[in-house]
Amino acid sequence: MDERKKDFATVGKSELKVDGRGLVTGKPLFTADIDLPGTLHVKILRSPHAHAKIISIDTSAAEMMPGVALVLTHKNTPSTRYTTAGQGFPEPSPYDTRMFDTVMRFVGDRVAAVAAETRQIAEAALKTIVVTYEKLPAVLSIDEALADGAPVVHDEEDSTGIYDAKRNIVANIDILAGDVERGFAESDVIVETTCETQYAQHTPIEPHVALSYLAPDDRLVLRTSTQVPFHVRRIVAYALGIPVHQIRVIKPRVGGGFGTKQEILLEGVAGLVTLRTRRPALIELTREEEFVSSRTRHPMRVRVKLGARKDGMLNALEMEGISNTGAYGSHGLTVLSNTGSKTLPLYNKAPNVHFYGKAVYTNLPVPGAYRGYGATQGYFPLEVAMDELAEKLGIDSVELRRMNHIRAGETSPIFVKLGEGREGVEQVIESCELEKCIDIGAQRIGWSEKHGKKTREGSWVHGLGMSVHMQGSGIPEIDMGAATIKMNEDGSFNLLIGATDLGTGSDTILGQIAAEVLGVPLEKIIVYSSDTDLTPFDVGAYASSTTYVSGTAVKRAAEKVREQIINVAAEMLNVDRSQLTVANEQVCTPDGKGVTLAKICEQAMYIKDQFQIGATASGLMHQSPPPFMASFAEIAVDTETGELKILNYAVAADCGTVINPKMAEGQMEGAIANGIGYALTEEMQLSPTGGVRNPNLFDYKILGMLDMPPLDVVLVDSYEPTGPLGAKSVAEIGINAPIPTLANAIYDAIGVRLTKTPFTPEKILAALQAKTWNSDGS
Amino acid sequence: MIDITLTINGEKRQFAVNAGETLLELLRREGYKSVKKGCESGDCGACTVVLNGRAVTSCIVFAVKADGGTVLTAEGLETNGKLHPIQEAFLEEGAVQCGYCTPGMEMATYDLLSHNANPSVTEIKEALSGNLCRCTGYVKQVKAVKTAAKKLTKEAK
Repeated sequence: MDERKKDFATVGKSELKVDGRGLVTGKPLFTADIDLPGTLHVKILRSPHAHAKIISIDTSAAEMMPGVALVLTHKNTPSTRYTTAGQGFPEPSPYDTRMFDTVMRFVGDRVAAVAAETRQIAEAALKTIVVTYEKLPAVLSIDEALADGAPVVHDEEDSTGIYDAKRNIVANIDILAGDVERGFAESDVIVETTCETQYAQHTPIEPHVALSYLAPDDRLVLRTSTQVPFHVRRIVAYALGIPVHQIRVIKPRVGGGFGTKQEILLEGVAGLVTLRTRRPALIELTREEEFVSSRTRHPMRVRVKLGARKDGMLNALEMEGISNTGAYGSHGLTVLSNTGSKTLPLYNKAPNVHFYGKAVYTNLPVPGAYRGYGATQGYFPLEVAMDELAEKLGIDSVELRRMNHIRAGETSPIFVKLGEGREGVEQVIESCELEKCIDIGAQRIGWSEKHGKKTREGSWVHGLGMSVHMQGSGIPEIDMGAATIKMNEDGSFNLLIGATDLGTGSDTILGQIAAEVLGVPLEKIIVYSSDTDLTPFDVGAYASSTTYVSGTAVKRAAEKVREQIINVAAEMLNVDRSQLTVANEQVCTPDGKGVTLAKICEQAMYIKDQFQIGATASGLMHQSPPPFMASFAEIAVDTETGELKILNYAVAADCGTVINPKMAEGQMEGAIANGIGYALTEEMQLSPTGGVRNPNLFDYKILGMLDMPPLDVVLVDSYEPTGPLGAKSVAEIGINAPIPTLANAIYDAIGVRLTKTPFTPEKILAALQAKTWNSDGS
Repeated sequence: MIDITLTINGEKRQFAVNAGETLLELLRREGYKSVKKGCESGDCGACTVVLNGRAVTSCIVFAVKADGGTVLTAEGLETNGKLHPIQEAFLEEGAVQCGYCTPGMEMATYDLLSHNANPSVTEIKEALSGNLCRCTGYVKQVKAVKTAAKKLTKEAK
C-alpha cells in the first residue's frame, strides 16, 4: 500500500452510509415524501408535434373547471430565454429555452401547465385546453438538420449563444495539435471507423420531481430532486425575474440522477405556481414524461482515424464528432468537447491530433448531461479502432494499449487546447496505474489463454474484448465547492457542504475526509448538505467532481479547524503547538499528555477567550486528474440466433485513494451495469414523426438482477498527490467501457464489427449473415 | 367512495377509497412513504409491499382489491428502533446507494426469505428480478439477501 495511506483511520474503510439508516427504514426523505396542506398538483400539456407554431390556445374551459387554481401558458409567463443546463455561470449552453414557448420544437415540448387540487383534476383540465397548431417542417436526424435549406429549429431572434442558428449548428469545435496530414502520410498503417450511438435515457428510479412552497418570510422554497441546487437557485431567479435572495433550494435525498437532474426543468414552473397562488405546488413527472420530456444522452456519429508506425506507436489521431442535441442546446457544446477531451489524451504518444465536430439541433427529444458526458460516445470508435489497428499490425490489443497510453509525469496537448467549451488547462499526470489495471484485468479474464481462440460450444462461439479509459475529476479552474465545519462541545462537528449527494454516497465520503483530518470517528461528523440557505456554495454533482473538488474543500476546512483546536489545546496544556498532534478525539503531546476535543471545545465555547471553533474553505482545482481503467469481457455469441451472453466482466480501475471501498465499488458496478444496458438493450425508439415509441420500463429495457453477468471489480492501489488524501474520481469512467469492450469481444468471437449500438441479437445476426454472404461471394 | 379495511404493519385501519385508487396511492397518502412511485405500471418494483404474505407491486393493485388484507411495508420492519435483519444486511453490505429502490427490494427479500430460508444466488436473482435499481450493478444486493438469510437463520436458532 502507498505509504501516504498507511495511517488512515477512517478513510479507506467501508463506513456505513451516514444517511443509510433512514433509507433502509423508508423514512420520508425524498422530495415528494412530505405532505404540505393545500398542495396543488401540476400537470403539463405537451406538444404532439415535432415542430409547430401555436396559433391559438384556449384555456377558458380549464380555468372554469372546479378545483383548477391556475393555468400557465406562454401568454401569462415570463418570456425570458435561458438554458436549462445546470452548469457554472456563464453557462456554455445557449439561452434558447422559454418556460412556455409559442413554437414547439419536439414531441413532448411544453405547451401549458395546470395547477389543481388533485392530479386527476389537473389531468382532466389539460384535456379541455384547445390548441391550434400550424405544423412546420421538422428535422428528424443530424443529416436532415445539416442539409442545405433545412428547416431551422431556432429561428427566433431572442435566443443567444447559438453558433449558427440558421444552419441548426449549436456548437462547432476544431482543435489541432501537430500536423495530422503529415502524421498520416508518415504512418505505416491507418485505420478508420465510424460509430453511431443511440438515444438513451438515464431512468433514475425516482423521476424528476419538485415541490415549492412559501416560507413564513414569504420567500420561495424549492424542495427538488436535483444535482445542482445552487444552479437551480440562480437559473430560476433569472427565468422568473426575481432576486436570488428570494429563493431557497433544498435538495433532500435524491433517487438517482446520472446527469438528467443536472437540468432545471420543473422548479421554475412549480415556483411560479406558488408565487401566483401562494400555495405549495408539486410537479412529479410520470415515467412516460421522464422519457419523452426530460433529458437523454446525446446520440452521436463519431469517426476516428488512427495512423501508426509498424512498431505500433501511434503517429496521428483524428476524431470527428457530430452530436444530435435535439430541440434545445443544453450541454451541446460541452458534451461534444468531452468526446475529444476525455478520450484523446489517453493516447498521448501521438504527436499529431485533430478533433473537430458539430452539435446540431433537431426536432427530437432533448439530450443533456449523462454520466460519461460525451466520452462514452468517443470511446466507442476510438477503442474499436485501436482493436482494428492491433489486428492490422499483428500486435496484441493489450500490448498496443500498453505501448501508447499516457503515464505519470506525462502530458497531452489536448489538455490545454480543449476544455469545457473553451480552452483547457495545462496538466501533467501525477498518478496513473493504468499498466497495473491492464495487467490485473487481463489476468482476471484470462486474456492470454482465451483471446483469439474462438472456442465453440454447439452454435455458441466465445470471444474476448477489452478497452482502456480515462475520465476527469471535475472541471479545472471552473468547478468550485465549499465546506463549513463547526465544532460542538461534545467534540462532534457539523459538516455543512453544498456538495450534492444524489445517491452516490458523497455525504458519507466527505464526512470520512473530515473525520480523518479531525481525528474523530465518522459518527462525530454530522453531515448536512445542499441547502442554499444553510450550506456554502458548490457547483453540484457532475463532471466527477465531488470527491476531488468538494473533498478538497472539506479537507481544507477541517485543517483550518484542526489549527484552531491545536491553538486552544496548546494554551490549555501550556506547551508549544508544534508538539501537538490530533488523533483519537484528543490532542496529545509526544509524552502522552493530552486533552480531549470535548474539553477543548468547552474551553473555547464557555471558559476563556470564547469563540466558535469553525471554518469555511473552498476547493478550486487547477488540475482534473483522470481516473483510469481497463475493461475486459468474455462473451459467447449464438451464431444461430445472434444472442449474446456475457460470461464474465472484469474491470480494474485507478481512482486514487479509495475513500470508501464498498461505495466506490458500487459506483463502478453501477456504471458498468448502465454501460452494458446502453451497449446491448437500451434504445429510445423514435417514430417517423419524432415521438418516443417505448416510453416505459417494459419496452425500454434496463438491466435487472437476472441480466447482470458476473462482475469482477478491482480498485488498484493508487495515490493522487493533488487530491484530498490522495483521492480522484470514480463516478463516470465505468460507463464508457462496455460498448467498445463488447464490440471488440463480438469481433473476437464472430469476426464482425458492429458500429451501431445497441448490439441487439437482430444486428448481430444480420452482420453475421452479411459476412457469410460476402465470403460466399454471393 | 368505498370503505375498506386493511391491516398495515400490524395495525388494523379503515379507509374510504375511490374505485380506481391504487394500493400505492392509498399507502402514500396515508403516510407510508417507504412505498415509492417509479413507473405506475408494475415494471420497476419501487412500490413493492408484502400483501397477504407475498410481494406485490402496489401500483397495479387496486386498493379495493386488497380489502380485508394484511400489508407489510418497510416501515413495519423496524421494531422498537431496532433494524430488521434485512435492513441491517442492506446497510452493511453497501446495497443502498440512492435508496429509492431499497424499501421495495427489502419487501421482495422479505417474501423470498419467509418462503425460502436459504436461497441460492439464482433464486435470489429470480425473486428480486422485478426490482430495478439504476445505481448499482446488483452485486451488493445479492450479497445483502444472502447475509439477511444468514442473520435470520441465526436469529431463529
